[in-house]
Order: sequence, then structure tokens, then C-alpha cells
Amino acid sequence: MSQTILRVEGLSKVFPVSYSVVERVQGRPRRAVRALTEVNLEVRRGETLGIVGESGCGKSTLARCLVRLYDVDSGRIVYDGLEVSGLRGAALRQYNRRVQMVFQDPFSSLNPRMTVGQTLREAILVHRLRKPEQVPGRIRELLELVGLPADAENRLPHEFSGGQRQRIGIARALSVEPETLIADELVSALDVSVQAQVVNLLLKLQEQLHLTVLFVAHDLRLVRHLSHRVAVMYLGRIVELAETERLFTAPAHPYTQALLRAAPELDPSRKSVVEAVKGELPSPLNPPTGCPFHPRCPQAFERCSKEVPALLPRGPEGRWVACHLLEATP
Amino acid sequence: MSEPILKLNNLCTVFHTARGRFTAVDGVNLELFPGEVLGLVGESGSGKSVTLRSILRLVRPPGRVSGEVRWRGRNLLSLSEPQMRQVRGGEISMIFQEPMTALNPVLPVGEQIAETLREHTELSGNALRQRAIELLELVGIPSPKERLRDYPHQFSGGMRQRVMIAIALASNPKLLLADEPTTALDVTIQDQILKLLLRLKDTLGMSVILVTHDLGVVAQTCERVAVMYAGRIVEVAPAAELFAQPRHAYTLGLLNSVPGAGSTRRPLIPIPGAPPDLTALPPGCSFAPRCAFATDECTAQRPPLMDISGPESPAVRLTACIHHDALSAAGEVTR
Ligand SMILES: Nc1ncnc2c1ncn2[C@@H]1O[C@H](COP(=O)(O)OP(=O)(O)OP(=O)(O)O)[C@@H](O)[C@H]1O
Ligand SMILES: Nc1ncnc2c1ncn2[C@@H]1O[C@H](COP(=O)(O)OP(=O)(O)OP(=O)(O)O)[C@@H](O)[C@H]1O
Ligand code: SF4
Ligand SMILES: [Mg+2]
Ligand SMILES: [Mg+2]
Repeated sequence: MSQTILRVEGLSKVFPVSYSVVERVQGRPRRAVRALTEVNLEVRRGETLGIVGESGCGKSTLARCLVRLYDVDSGRIVYDGLEVSGLRGAALRQYNRRVQMVFQDPFSSLNPRMTVGQTLREAILVHRLRKPEQVPGRIRELLELVGLPADAENRLPHEFSGGQRQRIGIARALSVEPETLIADELVSALDVSVQAQVVNLLLKLQEQLHLTVLFVAHDLRLVRHLSHRVAVMYLGRIVELAETERLFTAPAHPYTQALLRAAPELDPSRKSVVEAVKGELPSPLNPPTGCPFHPRCPQAFERCSKEVPALLPRGPEGRWVACHLLEATP
Repeated sequence: MSEPILKLNNLCTVFHTARGRFTAVDGVNLELFPGEVLGLVGESGSGKSVTLRSILRLVRPPGRVSGEVRWRGRNLLSLSEPQMRQVRGGEISMIFQEPMTALNPVLPVGEQIAETLREHTELSGNALRQRAIELLELVGIPSPKERLRDYPHQFSGGMRQRVMIAIALASNPKLLLADEPTTALDVTIQDQILKLLLRLKDTLGMSVILVTHDLGVVAQTCERVAVMYAGRIVEVAPAAELFAQPRHAYTLGLLNSVPGAGSTRRPLIPIPGAPPDLTALPPGCSFAPRCAFATDECTAQRPPLMDISGPESPAVRLTACIHHDALSAAGEVTR
């Protein structure tokens, strides 16, 4: 389990903000959203790595960079020895087969005029994974794998419920026999009772197919349930990464601590009346200097507003934290 | 316990649409007591928003509301529209699910607060302006004086929700209907808004109906809970009792679907299937097709909401589950 399959080094991604004529005439500087800044990450073969953080912290951007939907501005992505940003043509298609993304809203990513069977057939044939005469059997196999009825093959996406459409999205991703699945808010739009069905499916598939999974979500309970390790992001940076239970029972970064305190507990006898953290998320157009969390951090000290804390290993159990407090007392 | 401040008697809301006629709110009976926070939970489409809108008569055709909404001795459903306008946004305020569509995008927020103040209070001129500033301050908007002239799009999502609350509070309401007030927000902001709401409820002596589908939010904010399924209330209980021992199979299913702490990577216990189509409800208990406890009795006729309060529990417990006893014996919450 300790073999690294995916390594991200110093990854940065900036989105320019549309620049109005007035702004240009006034000679204002072009503004930009720093969606990802110097992200470092290692994903181990066969693990589920959870990625959490609040809206706009860069989770989807990271996921999209990993599957080359976005080009990165700087930094490297290395997958199983391959330099991902250098891949072209057939090599890129091969990479995209091995690393598949499942989207939050499968409806918008499925062709509304193609039946489920046609969608799956196309994916299988594009990558020449089966001989044409083997395709019908493979489609039945896939539908069974994700728990859809066999007659789903001849139906159109709009004839399915949200949970079933999510299964179609997963079946399509699996049809090309990937090694790594990137699930961006896979179950966020689903009702809890149906969420549990998809969560179980994901657990089962990972076991059967030895998949590596990046589980991107803002639901902390789900991430805790599914992940071996969890990375916490804030304003485009990873601020803490640790083995799941260690992260949830003993969070080290002040932001992780605040996030866990803010998440409403299921136990009515444990209510708190004080706010977990004050203040709002800063604008990514104008991120704070130093530690991105310092304007809201109850423990910030002088150094925090001046210097960006690096993500460094803390303790013997493979925990990484980016906070000056821990640097001061190793 | 004191007298209820609000009482819904057989509230029904029917829609006649191209897909057919369906009952979004189906014979809801519910009581709300002064100063309490009642959670209304259920899955998407179960009728939570329509219930709130029906209370304030905000359901537009093709929707039709019937039954009784007893509010401080009057039936709101039989008031004239001018009388109703006094109640709506006056004694009873509502915070809507979508803050961006509920705020007027072309009117400064100060002006939007002022509108409510003019309509529902005697204030004018400088006193009115002062009150608007006070309200923004109350909900935690920094430098409120400077922000009166700002438009909704100049506020962040969390700030817009605070503005919505300020407008809702402008009339000193006795009842606040809050429809998913934090669902679109980040968890640290959700936490701030919920705690703000609880504080304001205490200082202003309001009652609150809080609609949410997040069981954690219910556990943290509500004293009592009503669970809805396919347009019907299926269980009512004090929050602590509901979480400790659900007495409806659907509630048990909901609680089991949510992963608990420390159960990492174990399969969850989902509810099979999906919620029913309201235009084609199954006979009897609407939950029967998905229910592990269902018997012929459940599909034979629709189970009524029964009072099962025991001597050990002073607060009222209601359930529409025929097998609530079997449930309490067999169905431990697996968390
Ligand atoms: N295509 C784009 N063009 C311009 N800005 C973008 C684009 N995609 C993302 N951004 C910006 O980059 C930042 C990171 O966005 P991203 O979608 O990665 O966040 P996220 O963590 O996935 O948030 P959420 O939880 O809301 O999905 C945000 O400020 C967002 O507005
Ligand atoms: N104006 C309308 N016209 C027709 N049908 C409607 C209308 N408003 C709501 N409905 C239907 O009534 C049912 C109940 O809707 P409601 O909005 O109350 O659900 P909800 O419990 O609030 O769900 P959610 O959690 O998704 O907000 C749904 O089937 C919905 O499609
Ligand atoms: S670096 Fe400073 S501001 Fe940032 S989290 Fe640590 S203590 Fe807080
Ligand atoms: Mg995202
Ligand atoms: Mg609703």
C-alpha cells in the first residue's frame, strides 16, 4: 500500500479574471484567481485519498488538472513514472483511460440522446478494449457491477433517478478499465438514503478492482468514512494531510480544527453555542499575505502574516502540516 | 406545556400539472410551541418547502391549499389578502432556500430593509435608518452604516444570508420560517449563521421552523423534529429521543444511512430504492416498498399518525409506523 502511484509537485494554477475595457484604460493591473498554489501531494496505489475544504479552495481545479482538463501553470504531475504535462496524442489518450474522472452532475456529462448501452459501447470501442462481438456481454457485466437493472441498457439518461444516473457515470468510467478514479463531489447532489447506496458501491468496486480513488468532497462525514488518508485544502493550498482517524481525532492545523468543530455533530446531547471560527473566507483574488488562514486564526502570531508556512512532515505517522505553530515546536 | 402558537390542521396542497394531479402536502397536522425550534426534515421533494409556503399562502396556481393554519386564534387560510399581507413579513417572516432570488438584485440592501420597516413598523426618517443599521449590526455585518447602499451582489453568500435574516427580523416576527437557511453555505459559515439564529431566537423570543435535510444541523439546533416522507409527516419527537430511538422505519433508515464517526470503510445500511413518484403513490404507507419491516397490514391502508407517548416520556411522540414496536426491539441505530 505504500507505493506511490501519483505525485504532484509544486502545482500552481491561476485563472485570469475577465478584464474590462474601463480597467484597461485606467491602467489597472490584470487580476487573477490563484486557484492552486504550490500544491504537493503523493497518492499511494490502492488507497482512497480524501480531499476536503470549503467552496473555492481549489478541489475541483486540482482534480481537473490531474486529468488534463486544465493545463497547469507550473509544477509537475507524475503518474506511474510518466510526466503527465508532456503527454500528447496516443500517450495522453492512454493516460486518460488509466485515470478516469466521475463528475458531480453526471447528467450534464452524459449525452442525453444516447442510451446507456450506446454510451458504454462507445467508450469500450474507442479504446479497443474488447472485440465488437464481446461488447454486449461487457455492457451487461458493467451494469451488474454498478447495480443497474439489465434493461437500463436501452434507456435514456433522463429516465433514471439521480442515484441511478450517478451509477451510469461510474459504469462509464469503469468501462475503460481505469486504475485510478477521481470522484469530484460524487454523491453531493444525492439524498442521504441514496448516498449510502453509492458509497457502498464505491467501497465494493475498490475492493474488487483494486482501484486508487481520489475522493473530493466537502462532506466531512463521508470523507472520513471512505478515505484512508485525507488532505485539507484552504485557499488553493494543502494545509494538512494525515491518516484519516488521526486527522479527525487529533487535527493539528488550526483550520482543520475549526472545520471539524464547525461540522454539526449527529449527537443532540453535544451542542456548542460558540462559533467554531469567526470571519469569512478571504477572496482568492486578493489572498492574504503569509499563512492564508491567518486573518481568521485564533492562534496567529507575528510571523503568520509575513511568511507562508511550508507543508512539512510532523511526527512519525506521516502527517504533514503547514503551520508556523508546529514549526516553532517540532 | 403551554398552548401551541401555530397549529396546522389537515393541511393539504395539491398541484394540478401536465404530469398529473399530485398532493405535495398531504394532511399535515403539526403544532409549534412558543420559543421552540422545530426541525422539518426529509428528502428532496418530500414537501418541506411547500409546507412552509402553504402556511404563508405563497403557493401559486396550479397549487391549491386546504385545511387550517391556526395562528394566534385565526385561520390564516380564511383571511383576506390585505389581512394576510400584514401577517406575512410581519408576525411571520420567512427566509427562503435561495437567497439570491429572494433578494431584489437592483435595490440596495438598506432600501430592502427599509421597505419592510415602513410596512410593518411606525418608524420613519432617521429612526428608520438607525433601525436598519442596528439590524445589520445584529446579524454581524461589519461597518453596517457603509453597507446600506450596497447591492446584494456586493455581498458574499454568507453575508447575503445575514442580510436575509436582517430583513426577516425587521418586523419583530413571532415566528420565523427558515427554509434551508444554510444549505448553500460553507460549513464554517453555516456554523456562524445557525448560532446567530439561535441567539436571536432567544433574545427576541421567536419560534422557528427550520427546514433542512442535514441531520447534523437538526441535532445541533432543534428541540423537536418532524420527519416528512412523500408529503406526509411520519414521525414527530424531541430531537434527543428521535436520534436515540427512532420509531418510524424511515427515520431509522435515514439515521443508518449517515456514516457515524469511527466506522471507517464499513458498508453503510442504505434505504433501498428511491422516494416514490407523487403522481403514483403506493397504497397504504408510502414507505412500504422500501421498508424492511413492511407487512400486508402496511399496504392495506394508510397508517395514521399515532400518539405513542409513554409514561417515561413526558413530551409527545407521534409515529405513522404500524411496526414501531418491532422497530424499537430490532432496529438499533447502528452508529
Ligand atoms: N474555469 C475557471 N475560470 C476562472 N476561475 C475559476 C475557474 N474554475 C475555478 N475558478 C476559481 O478558482 C477557485 C477554485 O475553484 P474550484 O472550483 O477548484 O473550487 P472547489 O474547491 O472545487 O469549490 P467547490 O467546493 O465550490 O466545488 C475559485 O475561486 C473559482 O472561482
Ligand atoms: N410550483 C410548483 N408546481 C408544481 N409542483 C411543485 C411546485 N412546487 C413544488 N412542487 C412539487 O412538490 C413536491 C414537493 O416540493 P418541495 O419543494 O416542498 O420539496 P422539498 O421537500 O422542499 O425538497 P428539497 O429538499 O429538494 O427542497 C415536489 O414533487 C415538487 O416537484
Ligand atoms: S501559520 Fe499562523 S495563522 Fe496560519 S494556522 Fe498556523 S498559527 Fe494560524
Ligand atoms: Mg468543486
Ligand atoms: Mg425545499
